[in-house]
Amino acid sequence: MTELTSLTIAEAREKLASKEITSVELTKAYVDAIDAFNGTFNAYITTTPEKAMDMAKASDERRASGKVGALEGIPLGIKDLFATEGIHTQACSHILDGFKPKYESTVTQNLWDDGAVMLGKLNMDEFAMGSSNETSFYGPVINPWKAEGSNQQLVPGGSSGGSAAAVAAHLCAGATATDTGGSIRQPAAFTGTVGIKPTYGRCSRWGTVAFASSLDQAGPIARDVRDAAIMLKSMASVDKKDTTSVDLPIPDYEAALGQSVKGMKIGIPKEYRVDNMPEEIEALWQQGIAFLKDAGAEIVDITLPHTKYALPAYYIVAPAEASSNLARYDGVRYGLRVDGKDIADMYEKTRAAGFGTEVKRRIMIGTYVLSAGYYDAYYLQAQKVRTLIKRDFETVFHAGVDAILTPATPSSAFGIADENLAADPVAMYLNDIFTVTVNMAGLPGIAVPAGLDKKGLPLGLQLIGKPFEEETLFRTAHVIEQAAGKFTPAKWW
Amino acid sequence: MSVDLATVKRVARLARIAVTEDDANRMVGELNGIINFVEQLGEVDVTGVEPMTSVTPMDMRKRVDAVTDGDKADDIVANAPSTDRNFFLVPKVVE
Repeated sequence: MTELTSLTIAEAREKLASKEITSVELTKAYVDAIDAFNGTFNAYITTTPEKAMDMAKASDERRASGKVGALEGIPLGIKDLFATEGIHTQACSHILDGFKPKYESTVTQNLWDDGAVMLGKLNMDEFAMGSSNETSFYGPVINPWKAEGSNQQLVPGGSSGGSAAAVAAHLCAGATATDTGGSIRQPAAFTGTVGIKPTYGRCSRWGTVAFASSLDQAGPIARDVRDAAIMLKSMASVDKKDTTSVDLPIPDYEAALGQSVKGMKIGIPKEYRVDNMPEEIEALWQQGIAFLKDAGAEIVDITLPHTKYALPAYYIVAPAEASSNLARYDGVRYGLRVDGKDIADMYEKTRAAGFGTEVKRRIMIGTYVLSAGYYDAYYLQAQKVRTLIKRDFETVFHAGVDAILTPATPSSAFGIADENLAADPVAMYLNDIFTVTVNMAGLPGIAVPAGLDKKGLPLGLQLIGKPFEEETLFRTAHVIEQAAGKFTPAKWW
Repeated sequence: MSVDLATVKRVARLARIAVTEDDANRMVGELNGIINFVEQLGEVDVTGVEPMTSVTPMDMRKRVDAVTDGDKADDIVANAPSTDRNFFLVPKVVE
């Protein structure tokens, strides 16, 4: 019999429906796997085995009485950015020390309403600021993938590194994640998993710790395209508590799988061919083009002229919003407090002790670009450039392009504690060069594994779609997945 | 534009983050690296371009101006480091 933890969500759903397995059995298999292997990966920073078993039991009872939700009995991991009532929620920061919210985020509530089971909270970069999961207060996450013949520990990407590693190492059936500049898609690409950042507004942001409010979106990381489609349908909703959540019907994303891409126009933007891009990434991209061409899609060359300005504009807009959002952490209402000689001293000491280096750096940048005399030169200029980035996409979509194909990342997973990256923050930021444009324009983007590099590490392709046309992305990503196959790390743990 | 030590200290003060002399010196280099990187935005011609205010064209949803939530004082102070009878306690601000 196959291991229960190796089942995809769709496979587990079938076995649960046919009564071949129960949620209690499935959940117990994950609880045991986490017990045995989480120490190896550091993917979970808090586990909730008792709650998981209670939820599984309740799920089995619901099923017996004929009530079956879309994720009935499926054990999931939750990124530490989502507020979970009574359970550790710290965005992996020291400043939220001991914080246990009295409320549940809308996204996680939607999952529980659909019958899902919670296994615990997943590691991430502090406040979702990072591309390697190394800025977490709880230490780095280890990627289940290793280069062939090498014992070097690799990062799982970030900021949703715990989510991606847990999915790839089969420590959960699927995971929630969030994406502000690439934090779902880059870790998915580094771990051979599928991650989708939906259109801005598709998932409610209520109860999700805010980083950059105009860019943040929740989405799933899953084993395959079908599982990502199943999860997104449950996560998405219109929500009175988030005025930027959109009141549009949520399609049955799974139904888009298997539909033909014949006649679809796929745009290939020349600006994504960047300097010093490894040949393997270019080869992967060409492979993706060939997959879609073989499936009957029409490939068209397009231009998105403001692409190179997306990352610099992001590093003004995101820190500016972060500096404002993170002003609330002052040692008064929740989390850490370090006493001082007066209230200002208390604020300053609390924030100095509570925030890590990268978070401080971004708050400083944000404070600087918003400060008197610099606002117009930096923030206003960046928001105008953002308008131009969005216009680039609108122009190609208006010309009939259905989706855009690009590489997901400029490299495969790199080593933990990489010295060059540690010395140069901008070098780390370049990880998001292909993903950040999508957040700046509010569009949906999916990362799907498409091959392995020479070292045997997974590489991903990204598809970018029109607003609220996630179905097109699932359908097209499914074609790539069918052609490329699925990628699982060789088990060394 | 580039930032110097005095600017770093001023920004840290604005951001309410205590910095040591060593922190501040290190940040000068890091912040300049980032500022130099974002400076390239200056070369984009933005004549007549409106700054983005919302990625999706949407009208702000509004609701009736009525109380919809409340009576949760215990919940609100539950996570605070220091409280007294549903008040947050802070160091004395008024002499």
